[in-house]
Amino acid sequence: MPLDKPYKDIPGTTIFDADMARQGYHLNQFCMSLMNRDNREQFKADETAYLEQWQMTDDQKQAVLDRDYNRMIVLGGNIYFLAKIFSTDGVSFEQAAASMTGLSREDYRQMMMDGGRSPKGNLYKVE
Amino acid sequence: MARITAGVATSHVPAIGAAIDLGKTADDYWKPVFAGYEFSKDWIAREKPDVVFLVYNDHASAFSLKTIPTFAIACGEAFKPADEGWGPRPVPTVKGCPDLAWHIAQSVIQDDFDLTVMNEMDVDHGLTVPLSLMFGQPEAWPCLVIPLLVNVVVYPPPSGQRCYDLGKAIARAVKSFDDDLNVQIWGTGGMSHQLQGPRAGLINTEFDHEYLELLLNDPDRLARKPHIDYLREAGSEGIELVMWLTMRGALNANVNELHRFYHVPASNTALGHVIYQNT
Repeated sequence: MPLDKPYKDIPGTTIFDADMARQGYHLNQFCMSLMNRDNREQFKADETAYLEQWQMTDDQKQAVLDRDYNRMIVLGGNIYFLAKIFSTDGVSFEQAAASMTGLSREDYRQMMMDGGRSPKGNLYKVE
Repeated sequence: MARITAGVATSHVPAIGAAIDLGKTADDYWKPVFAGYEFSKDWIAREKPDVVFLVYNDHASAFSLKTIPTFAIACGEAFKPADEGWGPRPVPTVKGCPDLAWHIAQSVIQDDFDLTVMNEMDVDHGLTVPLSLMFGQPEAWPCLVIPLLVNVVVYPPPSGQRCYDLGKAIARAVKSFDDDLNVQIWGTGGMSHQLQGPRAGLINTEFDHEYLELLLNDPDRLARKPHIDYLREAGSEGIELVMWLTMRGALNANVNELHRFYHVPASNTALGHVIYQNT
């Protein structure tokens, strides 16, 4: 009998479970390397060359180059690991989160100031 | 005899650390956040804990995907602030309490909780932001700290019940330590928030307020809350709240709530903070 994964029907959400951890291993380990200042400098100097050192898929590398965080998450990236990329870029968690929602930075910030995204209509995919 | 005198819960939002480090605490955006900790700073200055047992989660700082312990206790002598991608926070090195930490490790492992023991690691915002919120910006942290790391990054984290029961085992362990120590237990993270995907920014104040009520008055019931409820209703990162149950489990059934604070937003997060005095 397969494992129960009831979180699959939460809209706009990828739970970083065993499947994702398996798929995203090298992508996330690349992210970890950016905790070292010298590595950050090397990455910034030539992103493509830096990414070549990692056993990531071409899709994963392209998503990093595009800074497409939703795509990186679909391909196994975990947000706390991906945070090393946007920290390297000098981008805040708030800006990065905004980029995943399709809202501008200003609109996202305003939504949070107004109490955040409401749970109404956002708990089940069928809603 | 060592004794647990109080429990503290607080969110550990990284932007709060940045606001402190960059001198922005009086800005309009941040002022109400820090106002919620004025009581707490005065209180802890009077309480003067010798040791804080601090339950938090590492955010891909000490642990990459190479090693993923579900529970790890840090028994080392000192822990430096981690470089999380923008350089380490300019805060003091955290001093451990190896004697008590090893004692607790031995006690709870014999009590069926199979902890990983960490002797060398850096500590990230999950641990240092709560210290900054409670103690401000001292030259050195005024107490020793025993970090307990809980995996909430790779699903599944331990269940709420397991976290709660571990708290009870920690209380038994502290009670059997001979030195006369004033120990506090802190649970960190939460409250409702989601940092990823198109649903990022989810906040559920109703969930959070109910959580604060149950934590105080019916933690046995709260401990049975399944993971899916956290993920769906409090956001994918709201599941950090299971760590508050370890704090609560280490306290007596009846506690005095000395302080409760709730504020939206702190960056992407609903910020919650309580102080419980052991009766």
